[in-house]
Amino acid sequence: MEKIKSLADLKKRQESLKSKIDLRDRANDPESHIQVKVSMSTCGIASGAKHTMEILIQEFNRHKIDAIVTQTGCMGFCFAEPTIEVKKPGAEPIIFGYVNEEKAIEIIEKYVINDVLVEGIIPANYQSIDNK
Amino acid sequence: MKDLSLHIIDIFQNSVSAKATKIELVIIENTERDELRMQFKDNGIGMNTEMVNNVTNAFYTTRTTRKVGLGIPLLKRNAELTGGDFSITSELGVGTEINVRFKHSHIDRQPFGDLAGAIVLTATSYPKTRFVYKHQKDGMEYIFDTDEINEVLDGISIQSTDVVLMLKELIDSNLEEIRVKK
Repeated sequence: MEKIKSLADLKKRQESLKSKIDLRDRANDPESHIQVKVSMSTCGIASGAKHTMEILIQEFNRHKIDAIVTQTGCMGFCFAEPTIEVKKPGAEPIIFGYVNEEKAIEIIEKYVINDVLVEGIIPANYQSIDNK
Repeated sequence: MKDLSLHIIDIFQNSVSAKATKIELVIIENTERDELRMQFKDNGIGMNTEMVNNVTNAFYTTRTTRKVGLGIPLLKRNAELTGGDFSITSELGVGTEINVRFKHSHIDRQPFGDLAGAIVLTATSYPKTRFVYKHQKDGMEYIFDTDEINEVLDGISIQSTDVVLMLKELIDSNLEEIRVKK
């Protein structure tokens, strides 16, 4: 396909994308998507979280899985960066640590697609002490 | 931080934490004056004088998850290493502005790295925030504005992975046009 250079080029692609997306998910409900948060504070960024995030976006796109990959602040697991949180629709979120390129691919191919747990999960308590 | 694009993601995160709804980055490269400037502006909650005076201290942070805050001190040091400088001003309720200057040709000046990725990955993470990125190089200019993008997308989520990859391509080809080196 031609390279996107201007807003007009983007518009052209948007039109073809629109028909594709309409078919794929009529329900525009964020709960129907897989949501991945990549911890991207100084600690995460310095450990390569940007590359991890790019790989996740590319892989979800390649597998044609509807996913929203976003950044978030420090989750407090600076020792295990890059850290990501994966939330599948209807499931509890899971945090994975030390997510480099290979690990990111493994998480998508095993956990996201086939529901098989992979190593590297950080057990997290979602209720903070203050709320108890 | 290996390159400037990583610093940019880092500083953007600060603006996001400050609840900014508009985040602006202007990069000006002037090879004649051998200067590289980056200006970050947000309309977040701002900081009081005490905080502004403390942000360049690595052992000062507002977060509760850990005891150090290295983002700004690292950027400041990396600018100063090239003979450049760093300044930050902020007003409560108005926003914060950071100005960083590097010596363009200095051996210690970090490369830009993947600017397009840094901008797109942050802008699409916070769809409710407007991101404006201007890059000037010796009189040539490129402007990326998420308001314009959302208008073109016309209802398609900016967070769709197809869109993220498209936007990266858009910025990359435009930066190439104005001859920005990675």
